[in-house]
Amino acid sequence: MTRPTPETLAHTARRARAAADPTLDVDQAATRTATPAVPAVRPAAATPISGAGSLVRSLEALEVDVVFGIPGGAILPAYDPLYDSTVRHILVRHEQGAGHAATGYAQATGKVGVCIATSGPGATNLVTPIADAYMDSVAMVAITGQVASPLIGTDGFQEADIQGITLPITKHNFLVQNAEEIPRVLAEAFHLASSGRPGPVLVDIPKDVLQAPTTFSWPPTLDLPGYRPTLHPHGKQIREAARLMAAARRPVLYVGGGVLKAGATDGLRRLAELTGIPVVTTLMALGAFPDSHQQHLGMPGMHGTVAAVYGLQKADLIIALGARFDDRVTGKLDSFAPDATVVHADIDPAEIGKNRHVDVPIVGDAKHVIDELIAAVTVERSAGHTADLGDWWTQLDDLRNRYPLGYDEPVDGTLSPQYVIKRLGEIVGPDAIFVAGVGQHQMWASQFISYEKPYTWLNSGGLGTMGYAVPAAMGAKVGKPDTVVWAVDGDGCFQMTNQELATCALEGIPVKIAVINNGNLGMVRQWQTLFYNERYSNTELGTHKHRIPDFVKLAEALGCVGLRCESADDVDKTIAAAMEINDAPVVIDFVVGKDAMVWPMVAAGTSNDEIMFARGVRPAFDEDDI
Amino acid sequence: MTMHTLSVLVENKPGVLARVSGLFSRRGFNIDSLAVGETENPDVSRITIVVNAESSPLEQVTKQLNKLVNVLKIVELDPQVSVARELLLVKVRADRSARSQVLETVNLFRARVVDVAPDTLTIEATGTPDKLDALLRDLEAFGIKEMVQSGLVAIGRGSRSITAGPALRAA
Repeated sequence: MTRPTPETLAHTARRARAAADPTLDVDQAATRTATPAVPAVRPAAATPISGAGSLVRSLEALEVDVVFGIPGGAILPAYDPLYDSTVRHILVRHEQGAGHAATGYAQATGKVGVCIATSGPGATNLVTPIADAYMDSVAMVAITGQVASPLIGTDGFQEADIQGITLPITKHNFLVQNAEEIPRVLAEAFHLASSGRPGPVLVDIPKDVLQAPTTFSWPPTLDLPGYRPTLHPHGKQIREAARLMAAARRPVLYVGGGVLKAGATDGLRRLAELTGIPVVTTLMALGAFPDSHQQHLGMPGMHGTVAAVYGLQKADLIIALGARFDDRVTGKLDSFAPDATVVHADIDPAEIGKNRHVDVPIVGDAKHVIDELIAAVTVERSAGHTADLGDWWTQLDDLRNRYPLGYDEPVDGTLSPQYVIKRLGEIVGPDAIFVAGVGQHQMWASQFISYEKPYTWLNSGGLGTMGYAVPAAMGAKVGKPDTVVWAVDGDGCFQMTNQELATCALEGIPVKIAVINNGNLGMVRQWQTLFYNERYSNTELGTHKHRIPDFVKLAEALGCVGLRCESADDVDKTIAAAMEINDAPVVIDFVVGKDAMVWPMVAAGTSNDEIMFARGVRPAFDEDDI
Repeated sequence: MTMHTLSVLVENKPGVLARVSGLFSRRGFNIDSLAVGETENPDVSRITIVVNAESSPLEQVTKQLNKLVNVLKIVELDPQVSVARELLLVKVRADRSARSQVLETVNLFRARVVDVAPDTLTIEATGTPDKLDALLRDLEAFGIKEMVQSGLVAIGRGSRSITAGPALRAA
């Protein structure tokens, strides 16, 4: 076990030095003491400064407390003022780690996550996390150095057109042309990233612009004439939705990640309890409605519960709140919820009607939408308009009872991955944050851990980025240092980004990683089992057969505590041992069987009607009832 | 599939055209014609896009275009209540024997000769795409050596202006 935190100590010393520095000007001090509710410091006279200084001052004025990044040639001017800044810089080991850390930080805290990289390969290494944040609507600002302006377009050393590259995967991006623009562009980037439908914004700054003398004044005036997100829904549409909700016999609230983004989970619960309507929460919305709540049917979609999938499929009214009818939820679109009238509320008008025809479109922020729906539904109810949902609940309860989430113990005596994840959730409890990679372990973590509180489940939903978990957990832990953060990762995913454990060890970020090690790319192997005649082409990773790498040794080499668990009897005590360690990151290598599969399952491209409860087992539905 | 003419008002900033055209190609639309130019407000450019698409996917592209931060306004111009023009420059074989016939065609279409060489005439014509097609069909008989066509530009009839509006004034 090692607890080397010299970097942490050095940083603390640096911060103290900066805070005690009497040469700091008054405006900078004001920036530091500004209250969080008022991000703008008082208008200040312009002070002479470099472009890089202006960048760092802007970050301070925007109340950024941490950035994740790696320096390099083009961004180097920015790292000099950063050295003295109140902004904590966490030196990651790969830019992808910086990007996912910014995402994890943003998803856990609701604040903007910031990552920083140099030009060329530094910037292109951010492409995956930027695309990931775009798909999952995460408020992220990526700052990249660019080669000096005269070199742009000459194939200069470490030049890449990152603005062009990220055009389709950012909400917006900027190439800063002169140093005077820096405060305004940063303020615009943060505003764009965090307002409306959140998303990543990239700010590319040429090296000469960072070096140029300029002046800094704050707050800048935003110049975004074409950007006007609609927050407040149309009253007529709300009333129509409420009327339908009061009349429907088989309604379902289909809740997506937008409800979490809008901070609307309290309202959602009030709306659900007021109407008695069943709730399904998508992969991006787990925690938005308590898993244990009687009205919660679970997660819909490819690996959703039978009750949630059938609830949507047989609904006569779907009220979609901040969800986007993703193909993993709808299955074959033509046959999705054929009898449902659809109310679709989203802050992004382009989502409405994109996949599924919508009867009542509502453009607005989920919090406003839900609050206004509550008021409108209350009016309907006081007018005596309520539908009896008794029959509907009888059918759904019957499905829930007959087809609960479950799993079979492996016949070969190996450790069951579902058991490990279930016990982890039970022992750790609902206050912790769980962060998953992508694959079987992700689906089991979504199924067998009970999410009771918002922002306790982070994962890569839209892009499905293997390698997300370790750096995102790092970012979440930095943002929520007093919360226990567990990454549930697969052995495939873990090998993509585990280098960030070195960052965690050195920077004092004690995340906990449960590697669900089945020796294979498990989800791909499951598809090979089901759809490719058990021909296991290139899915065996050798982490079992050859124990390469040995995750315990690897963890120790990275400055973490490494533990291993190979039998069901040891699961509880290994988790308990990991929970005892709070001064270093911990990795548990859970050596589990390779044949476990994720069920239920709607095979890709098939109808949700074809859901399989387990291999070869289709749920029996009394069609007359439904 | 039907032809749609979109007038897109955008901030006059570098890279905006790439954002707009990129959206079309990313969603599998082929742009039939594209014209870009400044408006009466130098901070605002106007992109006229002609695209052949069904209404519902076009609606999706229009919504996505509206999400671009630099896009200020999008109006689909109804051909019934708008004026649309293209510009054509065409170099036609016209030696002494054919020259008078070519000139006759030019006059019929109210086109203009803008350059004369011993064996060719270069003709400039403006008009609707239909009119220019008809002119080209007539000229083909003489032999077209080279031609270039602008994108369509279009404007609504009547006194109303699509460039009026708070967002555009702010720009």
